[in-house]
Amino acid sequence: MKADGKKLIWKEYQKEIADDHYFYARSCIRQNFFPGSEKAFTRIMKDELGKDLCDNQHHTSCTGIGYHTDVVPFETTMTVIARQFSLMTEAGYSNYIASCITSFGLYTEIIETWKHFPETLEKTRDFLYKATGREFTVPNNLAHASDIIYKFRNEIAAKAKYRLVDKNTGSPLKVVEHIGCHYSKMFPHKGVGGAEYPYVLTGMIESWGGEVVDYPERRHCCGFGFRQYAIQANRGFSIACSRKKFDSMEPYEPDMIITNCPGCPMFLDRWQYALSEMEGRTYGKDKQGIPVFTYEEVAGMLLGYDPWQLGLQVHQVPAEPLLDKIGIEYDPEAKFKGPNGEDMGKPAAPSYLKFYQE
Amino acid sequence: MQDSASRFGYFVSPDRQIDFDRNNHEVASKVAAAEPGLNWCISCGTCAATCTAAKFTDFSLRRIILQVKRGELKGLAREAQKCMLCGKCQLVCPRGISTRNLILQINRVLQSENL
Amino acid sequence: MSKHVAVVGAGIAGIEAASILNAMGHSITLIEKNEILGGHINHWHQLFPNRRQGRDLLEKLYEKMDDSIQVQYGKEITSIKPFSGKFIVTAADGWVTNADAVLMATGFDLFDAHKKEEYGYGIYDHVITSADLEEIFIQGEGLNPRLGKDPQRIGFIHCVGSRDEKAGNIYCSKVCCITAVKQAIEIKELYPSVEVYCFYMDLRMFGRHYEELYQEAQEKHNIQFIRGRLSEASENKQGGVVVKVEDTLLGKPLKLTLDLLVLMSGMVAPVAVTNMRDKLGLAKVDDGFLKPVDPHTQANLSELPGFFMAGTATGPKTITDTLTDARSAALEIDRFLKEII
Repeated sequence: MKADGKKLIWKEYQKEIADDHYFYARSCIRQNFFPGSEKAFTRIMKDELGKDLCDNQHHTSCTGIGYHTDVVPFETTMTVIARQFSLMTEAGYSNYIASCITSFGLYTEIIETWKHFPETLEKTRDFLYKATGREFTVPNNLAHASDIIYKFRNEIAAKAKYRLVDKNTGSPLKVVEHIGCHYSKMFPHKGVGGAEYPYVLTGMIESWGGEVVDYPERRHCCGFGFRQYAIQANRGFSIACSRKKFDSMEPYEPDMIITNCPGCPMFLDRWQYALSEMEGRTYGKDKQGIPVFTYEEVAGMLLGYDPWQLGLQVHQVPAEPLLDKIGIEYDPEAKFKGPNGEDMGKPAAPSYLKFYQE
Repeated sequence: MQDSASRFGYFVSPDRQIDFDRNNHEVASKVAAAEPGLNWCISCGTCAATCTAAKFTDFSLRRIILQVKRGELKGLAREAQKCMLCGKCQLVCPRGISTRNLILQINRVLQSENL
Repeated sequence: MSKHVAVVGAGIAGIEAASILNAMGHSITLIEKNEILGGHINHWHQLFPNRRQGRDLLEKLYEKMDDSIQVQYGKEITSIKPFSGKFIVTAADGWVTNADAVLMATGFDLFDAHKKEEYGYGIYDHVITSADLEEIFIQGEGLNPRLGKDPQRIGFIHCVGSRDEKAGNIYCSKVCCITAVKQAIEIKELYPSVEVYCFYMDLRMFGRHYEELYQEAQEKHNIQFIRGRLSEASENKQGGVVVKVEDTLLGKPLKLTLDLLVLMSGMVAPVAVTNMRDKLGLAKVDDGFLKPVDPHTQANLSELPGFFMAGTATGPKTITDTLTDARSAALEIDRFLKEII
C-alpha cells in the first residue's frame, strides 16, 4: 500500500472546522451504550483544550432513527432540527457539533436541502414558529465531534500520559478504524478525508502513536443500519455484517478497533459476545476478543483518565488486556463499583469469550 | 449451539456472496477438459429459451454453466440431472457448443466428485 | 502562392492529414507539444485487432511524410485567433504562426484512474492502468519485476472512466473492450497458466475482426468474462487485490483476489483543447470534445470557416477510424483552400 496515494486523496477532502465556541448536541443512545464517552469529550474540550462549549440540556433527539426507519417524515425532522438550531442561536453560538454520526449526516443533508431548495427553509421557519414561537439561524460551521478531536489531535497527543504503543516492545499498536456510514458516504466532501479513505480517525491514530490497519472489508458497514437491527428477525443480517469485518481484519491481529459512530462500537463490541455464544467463534488473542472503543474513550485513556470513569466496564469485550499492553494504570477491584464505591454486581461470564480476570 | 441461536431469536445470516477464492474450480477444469464448449458460452440464454424443462421448472442450462464456472456447486448435481437430453438447445446455440455433451460431462464430473 | 495550414497535434491523425495536404501542394506546419511525433502510439506495444507493433504503424506513417512538412516540436498551443481571414496560432513559449486554415488533431488524454478513488490506483501496489501494462510490454521484462513472482490471477476492469456519470463521462471510449481482450491474450502468451478475468458491463466488439479476437480469447486462451462492474477494490495482507463485483448473470455478488488489477482507462478531452473551444465560442458538447457541424456529412467542420478537426479531438475513435477521419479532413481543407483563392 502506498501511503502517498492516500495523502493525495486526503488533500482533496479537507473541511473547515471551527476552532472555538461550540454548541454541543448529544446523541440519543451513546450515553447508554458508552456512558463515559460524551462526558470525556466535554472534559477534554473544557479542561484540556480550554474551549468554550455549550452543553445544552434542552435539546432533543434529531429524530434520525425515526427518520431512517421511515416513521418520521422529513418535514418533521427538519422542524425538530430547526428547534435545535434555535437553541444554539438563543445561546449565542453558531458552531454546531453533533455527537452522533447519523445526526451529523442528517444535519448535513438538511442544510444542503435548504441551500438547494430555499423554499423548504422558509417552510421550516414557518413550521417552527407556529409550533414553538422560536426562530433560528443556520449554523456557520457544522462538525461531528470526531472532527473536533481530529482537529486537536496533536494538542491531545502533547498532553497525553500514554501512547498507542506496546509498553514492552515499544512498537505501535495495530488499530482498526471504523467510520460510521453517515459520516461521509452521503456527502464525501463533508468528512475529513472523504468517503473511500476517511482520515478523521486515521489522523488521530497516527498522532497518538498507533499504526492503522487497512483490511479488505474496511469500508463495510458494521451492520447496525437501524432497520435491520430494529426488527429481531433481521438481526441475523446485522450480525453477519460484523462477522464479515472480523473475519477480514483477523489476519492482521489488530489490538483494538476505534469508531466514531454511536452504533458501530455497540455492535462491533456486543456482536463478538453474540457470535461466541451462537457459534463458539471468538476473535483476538486467547479468546479475548478485539476490544472496541469510541475515539473519546481512547483520547481519555491516553490522557490518563480513570478507565472506569470512562465507562470501559460496560464493554462486552474486556478492555484490560489493552490497558495492560499500553501500561495504563487502573484498579481491577473498582471495575464493578459505582461512583461512591457501592457494589454494582458482576455480570455472568460468557461461555466462550474470555472474561478478563475472572 | 443451536440452542444459543434459538435463544437469541435469530441466526447469523448465511453469506450469499460468491467467494471465488474458496470455491471449487476443479469441476470446471475437468468439465472443460472433456468439453471445451464450457468456455465458449456467452450466456445469451438461447438454450434456456428453447428448453422444454425451463418452461415449467427453474431449470436453465445457461445458469448451470455459470454455476460450474464460478464453483457454485450446491444443489447443482440434482439440478443438472433434470435435462432430458432432447438436444433442442444444441440446434439454437450461436456458439456451436455441443450442449448435450456439455450437460453429460457436467453430470459425470459432479457425480465422480461426489458432489 | 500555396496556402498555409497549421496542423495542431502530431499524433496519427495529424501526421496522416499533414502528409496528404502536403502532397496536395499546400504548405504545412505540423505542431507537436512533445519532442517526438506519434502521440499515444509511442506507448502502445501492440495494436488490435491484428497485433501489429505500434512502432510498425508509426514507421508506415513516417514513410509517407515528406521533408517539406515543417515540424515544430515542444510547442504547446495556447491560443488560436481568427484575424482578417487567417488564424494566429500562438504557443506557450511565444512562438507564433499565421495560417489560412487550422486542423485540430489534438487527440485525447487518458482518463486519470486516480479519480476512481475506490479502485485504489496509486494506493494499492498492484493496481495499474492499461497504459501502464503497455509500457510493461514494451519494457519486455514481464510482470515479475513488479510482482516479485509469476502472476496466478489477473483481472481487467472495462469502462474505467467511461460510461460513468460519477467520472463525468457518459460516453463509451470504444477502444477499451477490444484492448482488454488483446492485452489479456498477450498476458496469456507470456504466462500460459495465469487465470485471466475480464469484468465488463457490455462487451462492445463492433469492429472488423474484434468478435473473432474475443472468440479466440475464450476458446484458445480460456480467458473468463464476468459481467459485472467493479464496485471497490481493496488490498489484502499479502498484497493481493480483492475485487467486489456482482456476477449479474448469476445475480449474486462475487469477490475474488487478484495478483494484478488492470484498469482500462478511457479517453477524455484534453482540458486545454476544451478551453480553446470555449474561447473561440464554438459549439459545445457536455463531454469537452470538439463538436462537428454535422456528425454525418460535415464531421470535420466547425462553424468557424477554416477551423477543422480530425481524429479523437471530436470523440473516441479507433486507429482505423482516426486515419480515415484525418484523410477526410484533408479533403475538406483542400476544398476550403481552393474556394478562398
